[in-house]
Amino acid sequence: MTDANVSRVSTIEAKAQRMRADIVEMIGKAGSGHPGGSLSAADIVATLYFGVMKHDPANPKMADRDRFVLSKGHAAPVLYSALAEAGYFGREHLATLRQLGSILQGHPDSKKTPGVEVSTGSLGQGLSIANGIALGLRSDGNTTSRVYCLLGDGELQEGQVWEAAMFASHQKLDHVIAIVDNNNLQIDGTCTEVMDLGDVAEKFRAFGWNVLGADGHDVEQLLAAFATAKTAHGAPTVIVASTIKGKGVSFMEDRADWHGKAPSAEECVTAAGELACTLTEGN
Amino acid sequence: MTKRATREAFGETLVELAAEGNDVVAVEADLSKSTTTATFAKAYPDRFFNVGIAEANMIGTAAGLAVAGKTAFTGSFAVFGTGRAYDQIRNTVCYAELDVKLAPTHSGITVGPDGGTHQMIEDLALMRVLPGMRVLVPADYNAAKAALRLAAKTPGPFYVRLGRAALPQVHPDGFELELGRAYVLREGSDVTLAACGVMVAEALAAADILAEQGISAEVIDVASVKPLDEATLVASATKTGAVVTCEEHSILAGMGSAVAELLSEKAPTRMKRIGVRDVFGTSGDPAELMVYFGLSANDIVKAASELLGR
Ligand SMILES: Cc1ncc(C[n+]2csc(CCOP(=O)(O)OP(=O)(O)O)c2C)c(N)n1
Ligand SMILES: [Mg+2]
Repeated sequence: MTDANVSRVSTIEAKAQRMRADIVEMIGKAGSGHPGGSLSAADIVATLYFGVMKHDPANPKMADRDRFVLSKGHAAPVLYSALAEAGYFGREHLATLRQLGSILQGHPDSKKTPGVEVSTGSLGQGLSIANGIALGLRSDGNTTSRVYCLLGDGELQEGQVWEAAMFASHQKLDHVIAIVDNNNLQIDGTCTEVMDLGDVAEKFRAFGWNVLGADGHDVEQLLAAFATAKTAHGAPTVIVASTIKGKGVSFMEDRADWHGKAPSAEECVTAAGELACTLTEGN
Repeated sequence: MTKRATREAFGETLVELAAEGNDVVAVEADLSKSTTTATFAKAYPDRFFNVGIAEANMIGTAAGLAVAGKTAFTGSFAVFGTGRAYDQIRNTVCYAELDVKLAPTHSGITVGPDGGTHQMIEDLALMRVLPGMRVLVPADYNAAKAALRLAAKTPGPFYVRLGRAALPQVHPDGFELELGRAYVLREGSDVTLAACGVMVAEALAAADILAEQGISAEVIDVASVKPLDEATLVASATKTGAVVTCEEHSILAGMGSAVAELLSEKAPTRMKRIGVRDVFGTSGDPAELMVYFGLSANDIVKAASELLGR
């Protein structure tokens, strides 16, 4: 890597780590929420917002922005932490997560939160929405904006995802870039034991997609995959990102029971300690 | 008295029904811990099928199990277990009148902080309009057990509305629910409070407050929203001449609407409907949201007083 690339990567890594600290803190404060899937996606979302996507917090509706659809809407805290970090709204809002009157709802709400492209929370619908946005951009003659869509692996069990996958390749939506947060956990256990997805990459390939792989916690690999995805021609791209649910907080990692449970005050302190350590090591 | 959520009855009652020799099975969509069908899965692993996050497939599979002679219960959350699979419920389950018993949990705004996407306040409306669908809304844990048992033992489609909020006991242990029957929990002469689910306890609390103000309220648990207990409701409305319906649901097309439809034809009566007023839910603490959406005992008191012109 060149020096410039090294510093770009470490900047994104630091953002991701700060987002993790925010995620744990805000869910702890709220007393409910989904830490596992938020931490799982922190590096992916940080890479998108701070290394890949064209967007402007001062002008959230900028016509030639890239779009992001958080199809796995329960991971709202990862999106909120990125949006706050980017400056879409003040950090003080993070402490209001899930409270009555907050701009930060339990699941992303585009009517309440600046920077949220579209409301989500019912799994399996985001890829269709991304396709629709991509069609709209194409019909408006916008040939530069990309539409990024982050899906959970359990979410892929919804039939609508595959209806959308078929449609995206039929329509040659090469500006659609899906990312699968492939942590092999859903609520009732591992995806393998609940409802085995088989070979996700092979399935997307069979649906006519370009398929890329990456370690979902390796910013350099993610940047490279997104760079390749941007060169796609005539077909949509999916990045199947290998991830660890709860990544960064030792007692949450790879544990199904941390899907939708808030850490206690004590656990928040432990988690914050772990995350602060890695942050200084990284710097 | 310990409070219990209606959802807690789900897995347990399935286990009891199976132990008693009923041919029950359960189909779940990745929410077995939240719905408590995990309890049944543990006791009867070969009668439990987890389809993953795929609610349409959950209903379709339950329909097939019913065709194969089973009494098939389905889980998931109310929002996904009805809305996400509505055509499967309509065109497969109800049209063929299959023995599918929908008992999704997490109905209403008492879901709390998950917010509007997860707070299902249109399910009674969706289910009530389907020919052949019976709709039960238990007010406490005992009523939930009874509703699930009734659904299992009565042929045809059922919707049993279960929730996440811990509720005080309203009905005695061993309570049995009759299809199409409403329960007069407290007799009164000035106003009828017709409530279901979470709102029954609120209506009882409201009746206490009203009594202090010299207003005698009759409280009816409309546990069977479809079929309705026409005789009990008409008799009470005729006696009191004023009806307040109370539901943790949209005021559109739910229990209050069902009562209004009935009374406007059979015994026109002055009414007020308590419910969520045609808006989506929002994140917040359940108790806070009850006040925010105007569903608390005080709101019922206010509606009754206004109706009586006091
Ligand atoms: C249609 C729908 N069904 C069920 C749910 C409840 N739910 C929320 S998260 C989740 C599991 C998601 O697993 P996965 O997609 O793998 O996400 P991750 O592991 O990244 O958290 C479920 C079943 C939902 N939000 N939407
Ligand atoms: Mg997962």
